[in-house]
Amino acid sequence: MTTAIAQDTITLTINGKTVTAASGKTILQVCRDSGIYVPTLCYDERLEAYGGCRLCLVEVKGQGRPLSSCTTPIREGMEVTTDSDRITRLRKTVLELLLSNHPNDCMLCEKAGACTLQELVYMYGVRYDNYYGEMWNLPKKDDNPFISYDPNKCVLCGRCVNICQNVVMKGTIDMTGRGFYSKPDTAFGKPLTPDICVFCGQCVSACPVGALTEKQARGKGRVGSVERVRTTCTYCGTGCNFYLNVNKGKIVKVTSDYAAPVNKGNLCVKGRFGYDFIQHPDRITKPLIRREGVTDTSPEVLKDPMAVFREAEWDEALDLVASKFMELKNKYGPDSVGGFSSSRCTNEENYLFAKWVRVALNTNNVDNCARV
Amino acid sequence: MSRQISISVCMGTGGLAAGAREVMEMFSVELASAGVETTLHAQKHCDLHRVGCRGFCARDVLVDVSIDGTKTTYEQVTLDRVARIVNEHVVGGQPVEEFAAGVDYHNFEDKQLKVVLSECGLIDPEDIEAYIKVGGYEAAKKVLATLSPQDTIDTIKLSGLRGRGGAGFPTGLKWEFGSKEQASQKYLICNADEGDPGAFMDRSVVEGNPHVVIEGMIIAAYAIGTTKGYVYIRAEYPLAVQRLELALKHARQKGFLGDNIFGRGVKFDIKVKLGAGAFVCGEETALIASIEGNRGMPRSKPPFPAQKGLFGKPTIINNVETLANVTYIIRRGAEWFASLGTEKSKGTKVFALTGKIKNSGLIEVPMGIPLRKVIYGIGGGIEKDRRFKAVQTGGPSGGCIPESLLDTHLDYESLASVGSIMGSGGMVVLDEGDCMVNIAKYFLEFTQAESCGKCTPCRVGTKRLLEILTRITEGKGKANDLVTLEALARDVIDSSLCGLGQTAPNPILSTLKYFRDEYDAHIIDKRCPAGVCKALLTYTIKEDACTGCTMCARVCPVKAITGEKKKTHYIDHGLCIKCNSCYDVCKFNAVDKR
Repeated sequence: MTTAIAQDTITLTINGKTVTAASGKTILQVCRDSGIYVPTLCYDERLEAYGGCRLCLVEVKGQGRPLSSCTTPIREGMEVTTDSDRITRLRKTVLELLLSNHPNDCMLCEKAGACTLQELVYMYGVRYDNYYGEMWNLPKKDDNPFISYDPNKCVLCGRCVNICQNVVMKGTIDMTGRGFYSKPDTAFGKPLTPDICVFCGQCVSACPVGALTEKQARGKGRVGSVERVRTTCTYCGTGCNFYLNVNKGKIVKVTSDYAAPVNKGNLCVKGRFGYDFIQHPDRITKPLIRREGVTDTSPEVLKDPMAVFREAEWDEALDLVASKFMELKNKYGPDSVGGFSSSRCTNEENYLFAKWVRVALNTNNVDNCARV
Repeated sequence: MSRQISISVCMGTGGLAAGAREVMEMFSVELASAGVETTLHAQKHCDLHRVGCRGFCARDVLVDVSIDGTKTTYEQVTLDRVARIVNEHVVGGQPVEEFAAGVDYHNFEDKQLKVVLSECGLIDPEDIEAYIKVGGYEAAKKVLATLSPQDTIDTIKLSGLRGRGGAGFPTGLKWEFGSKEQASQKYLICNADEGDPGAFMDRSVVEGNPHVVIEGMIIAAYAIGTTKGYVYIRAEYPLAVQRLELALKHARQKGFLGDNIFGRGVKFDIKVKLGAGAFVCGEETALIASIEGNRGMPRSKPPFPAQKGLFGKPTIINNVETLANVTYIIRRGAEWFASLGTEKSKGTKVFALTGKIKNSGLIEVPMGIPLRKVIYGIGGGIEKDRRFKAVQTGGPSGGCIPESLLDTHLDYESLASVGSIMGSGGMVVLDEGDCMVNIAKYFLEFTQAESCGKCTPCRVGTKRLLEILTRITEGKGKANDLVTLEALARDVIDSSLCGLGQTAPNPILSTLKYFRDEYDAHIIDKRCPAGVCKALLTYTIKEDACTGCTMCARVCPVKAITGEKKKTHYIDHGLCIKCNSCYDVCKFNAVDKR
């Protein structure tokens, strides 16, 4: 066993420093694990390495050409340099080229402050005007309630396409066109409609710039003005984690938590866009108990719910439910009652619920809506 | 005793375009009316058949008439010439000298060394028996019967064969990598996605002798240990596709492909996959993506296709010409092949010789031949005996080689040392009338449009390079443009993902190196020395030369030229659109452009 582990370990040097890592890892992964900074735009840990942005280029001794560290597996004795003059110059050129077809629009951009391009341009001190020429002037695509696409800001990192094709397995978008005019889009540029898109917003979560943004969050607060609150999704039992972005007490959007053990930054449409119920005025925030003597609950009467129900405290409501259950159980036997739980509960909640029905109510009449 | 008469009509794409099908039909008609049978065992028997590309497409339709082994080649055969050829030559035994191919043809043909193309103009590409008659499939049979896979690899290694697709990787070594991989399935791919503008080497081989490629694939498959092969071929080559499909069908019927090849229990078959016209799909990882049904985009190497290729399995990709060479190496011996060419570049290479050259067409020469011999020997020199300026080798990603380096040898290393590449074998000759800035711009227009868009340097970098070149040709060049151009060109080469971006700036760097004065003339003097860049030209009429014949005024489409009969004419520069019509029409050289 110990020999097997020894064989699977590779020793290499990065910037003159000796590093040991498991075989099968890429240079970029080892750099990140060792705290060595390598810039990337197209790398997304949820995806297979793409190698397109060319920012993660590093020099490997013996190789004439710089290699993309995200795609190159480590080898025994490899000598890697991540920050030579040559590499820095190439990275700057790449950034300058990206800027030469990117609107100078950070002031109005949703992504400002959280934009990888902005951060790298700042870090490398790259100017806008080194290369000039044709710039895209394409219409913004805003044809659905969730996702806003401004192709002019796209850096062609391919992450949206790859996550849609290989994680969501939906294939709504792909690269279209050739050369300077290639860009991610739907087939024939058709609008995003429910028949081709599930609106999971995975593409938005993958976009390192302001090309794909949450439409509902527009103008409601950028990264500098929001507080991020980590929470667990309440929609189903999977238990996905994410960050609620809160600006002055209002939830403005949901962003991914890449460290989340269950979903690793991935979310579905409900988790990513279904947060508006939380602060909806119609949301019931207290238990309601039917008023004494009211028997008519027809839709007509329910138009004014408070005429039928009254607000109560949790203790009173739970006492009422408990007493009613006991009453039925004592009168008709334990199998006359049962429990039906929701798939929006966590696994732990469902476990506790089943336990409670079986032990407290003495019946096996328990089920969950996810099974229906 | 009956005479052995054979007539072969060139029916490659070039021949067909020149009317070869009609010529062939006319021969049947004329032969029948002259009483010459085209069936076997007749008293007066004549074997009339089609052949593949002969190379000298400019003189199509080419027809060979051979009587008892004495061959006469006729060039530019048209329908009205057929009757005389049949009556005087086939029947009368007297060749029609006035239609026979002249000195150009013989210059072109006799100075070549044909290996890959050796059977292209000889045998009927649609007849497997014709191929078998010249020794076809004997090489594959020999390999399967007497050689182990490792022996086969060793033979190819010994021959020194290097990939003909452009990069020149040793073929035997590539096969060895493939054979050593352990996998449930491996693949062999023949790359017939010839995308360089003006290149038609692979097309001609597949059209002219598809079986030689199939035989090469059988040998390669046996050496690597695979049962599945693909030919990735351009859909724009309908004739090649059709002849390849037919050849595959015949080979299967003969038991040369299938579950039990040559009855030796070896399994191998070939599928044809049509490419949809993307230049980048000539790059092996993009080609693999395309066969898999994905958008043709390259991926980074390593891992190399030999380790992880088609559908994630070990895959060996060889070019058409490489595989054709394999057949001849086995047939004639590794030592014979190694005796051709130079120390590091063995064998021959097929080139598509085009541009401002007298004899343009498809040629095959031994590696290491000096460029001068190709251009002034086989090519017959420059059209209209104008001055040679440069030769561009290696397709759109190649470089331009100036007159001072005309003694450069045609091999991988020598071409690289002068800033060009072998590429797949494009060779465009340029003369004094070509503007080198414009040439660089032309090639960049192609490569930037064909970029797949995946990596930034190629997608945006080639576009910006093209824009700088365009500005220079429009007279809007700035003093520091050449610094920017050169630096960006080097960065694009250094940082692009695949071969397309890594070579696309070559035409810029080589023209900058050898023709920097032309760039300077455009930028500083606002002048195009070759008189090509419209925006920098001014047309004037020389007073002393103008006879007032009014021709220029009559052809001018915008009525910019005025003048009375027999008096000097004038051009209104405000109206002139620089269409060159007046220059072309003037018989007195009175129109001056500079």
